[in-house]
Amino acid sequence: MGVLSEELRDQIRAQFPKYPNKRAVVLPALHLVQDAQRSVSIEAVREIAELLELHPSEVHDTMSFYQFFKDEKHKLGKHRVWVCRSISCMLRGGEELLQHMCEKLHVHPGQTSADGKITMEFAECLGACEGAPCILVDDEAHMNITPEKADALLKSL
Amino acid sequence: MPTFEPTLLARVGKPDSASLETYLRDGGYEGFKKALAMPPVDVINLVKDSGLRGRGGAGFPTGLKWTFLPKDHAGPIYLAINADESEPATFNNRILMEEDPHQILEGIAISCFAIKSNKAYIYLRYEYGRSYRVLQKAVDECYAKGLFGKNIHGTGFDLDVVLHRGAAAYICGEETGLIESLEGKRAWPRIKPPFPAIEGLFRKPTIVNNIETMACVKQILDRGSAWFKSLGVPPDPNNPRDAGSYGPKLYCISGHVNKPGCVELPMGITTRELIDKHAGGVWKGRKAKAVVPGGISMGFLSAEELDLPLDFNGPGKAGCLGLGTAAITVIDDETSMVDVLFNCARFFAHESCGQCTPCREGTAWMHKILARIRMGEGQLRDLDLLVEVASSMGIIPGTTICGLSDGAAWPIKNAIKKFRGEFEEYIRTGRKTVKPSDALMEVH
Ligand SMILES: Cc1cc2nc3c(=O)[nH]c(=O)nc-3n(C[C@H](O)[C@H](O)[C@H](O)COP(=O)(O)O)c2cc1C
Ligand code: SF4
Repeated sequence: MGVLSEELRDQIRAQFPKYPNKRAVVLPALHLVQDAQRSVSIEAVREIAELLELHPSEVHDTMSFYQFFKDEKHKLGKHRVWVCRSISCMLRGGEELLQHMCEKLHVHPGQTSADGKITMEFAECLGACEGAPCILVDDEAHMNITPEKADALLKSL
Repeated sequence: MPTFEPTLLARVGKPDSASLETYLRDGGYEGFKKALAMPPVDVINLVKDSGLRGRGGAGFPTGLKWTFLPKDHAGPIYLAINADESEPATFNNRILMEEDPHQILEGIAISCFAIKSNKAYIYLRYEYGRSYRVLQKAVDECYAKGLFGKNIHGTGFDLDVVLHRGAAAYICGEETGLIESLEGKRAWPRIKPPFPAIEGLFRKPTIVNNIETMACVKQILDRGSAWFKSLGVPPDPNNPRDAGSYGPKLYCISGHVNKPGCVELPMGITTRELIDKHAGGVWKGRKAKAVVPGGISMGFLSAEELDLPLDFNGPGKAGCLGLGTAAITVIDDETSMVDVLFNCARFFAHESCGQCTPCREGTAWMHKILARIRMGEGQLRDLDLLVEVASSMGIIPGTTICGLSDGAAWPIKNAIKKFRGEFEEYIRTGRKTVKPSDALMEVH
């Protein structure tokens, strides 16, 4: 018995029929593991590789390319909050919003609040520019965010 | 001229517009049925005749791209749908996916039939969680209704559609980066040729098309190629390389306007009309200083260039890289172009995949120079240095694998040319507009 539960393994195996080879399941598997465990540990990388019949370095190579996936030293909080810093949000106060939210949680982008609840990050364009400045809470966009709205949102998490 | 009526966005905002039930009630999947009764090559010809050019940024003729597939290939042939939409300020694909997913899926089904593919992968950027849930539900509805799966409508045509989520990296939108990522690898663009149509996903012939392109395909099946060609602008006789800009187009408007949003208009609308008539004008009663005509890779239009038409050919006449994604960002006259350009440079430095030295080093260098200028420590010769660095990188001088580096270099060259006076003034007076949040972000 490793770090991946049998349930998680089954969820990964359920992806196999969608693709002509198992390597294509690397991203779906990393998503499933990170969602469940808030990071992808080296042990998890080994076990994913075993399931996909790859060398662990192949899984790690892919994983490390996407800053999206975190190793065990950078475990995510319960929620991940992204503030968009791209052009349309920047023009309407996105960077000030990031500043405000980081101060509120006493963190730098990439860090997790002391209570382990929220990991703050900056995002390149979130594609919700009509509602700039916008933020992403886990994978749901929230638009036209003021500092007050941000405070209320953080409180509700 | 008859008044223009939106078609791609016609169902957006209606109650339950994302459900199969309302879609069928509105005549949905009739185009797919029509296609199924045609020889696939006729569907390709219909799309060719319409003059449709891909909406993903490069504007390559869609029907022509489809004919690059090898004839009588034993298969599999794949359709990879580019739903990565990461070009800053672009959000039209998201609106379509969230509000009218079946329009996209029908376009995908028609396209698969035309190119003899039985499998489509939709590569969806991770950030679009809502799109993911809406699309997944729509895909499930199609399977339940027998619109996807085996032997559709008893025609012997099989189709599987798989949604695949990305992991927040801009380079996954480049077509071969997308393919590598979908295959479970780092999204490193491939050297071309071979082009994906010959050797693409899983080393099989593959067509990569954008989400909005799929919506256009669906509309062409419903309304015909003559309808599509009746909208937009014919080729410029003075430009032998212009293939015309036909059909309706989704324009996203954001930045300093009163009413940001996504509007559908015929190709060829001017930036000024778009801002004044459709986006409620520049906010706070100010004036536009510059406009990004199609995602930040394209460069800038100055205030004097707002009457140029936004078709595939227009922005190029003002020294922009092209129409790109038709994502218009309006920058008001109280904003510093140094801040704007710094923002663009930072984006590309962060998103370069690092494979090619001129791109990896060039994007980082341009970012650093602009950061220095913004700190009030720039020197006039930095401007020439920026242009020099920008001019040495990209597919156009032939030093890199993909177009990201051209997209990174273009706004630099373009902005310094058009706004040089402002940059010089900034440097000479030792202005400093660096923000406290910049210090935060360095720690990341
Ligand atoms: C760096 C880079 C990023 C790109 N991002 C996207 C994107 O997010 N969505 C998209 O459809 N095309 C994107 N493209 C263009 C694609 O490579 C490709 O041309 C397009 O998906 C083809 O679809 P179309 O013919 O339907 O336009 C990008 C290109 C480059 C060079
Ligand atoms: S041009 Fe840049 S982004 Fe494209 S492959 Fe080379 S390094 Fe990567």
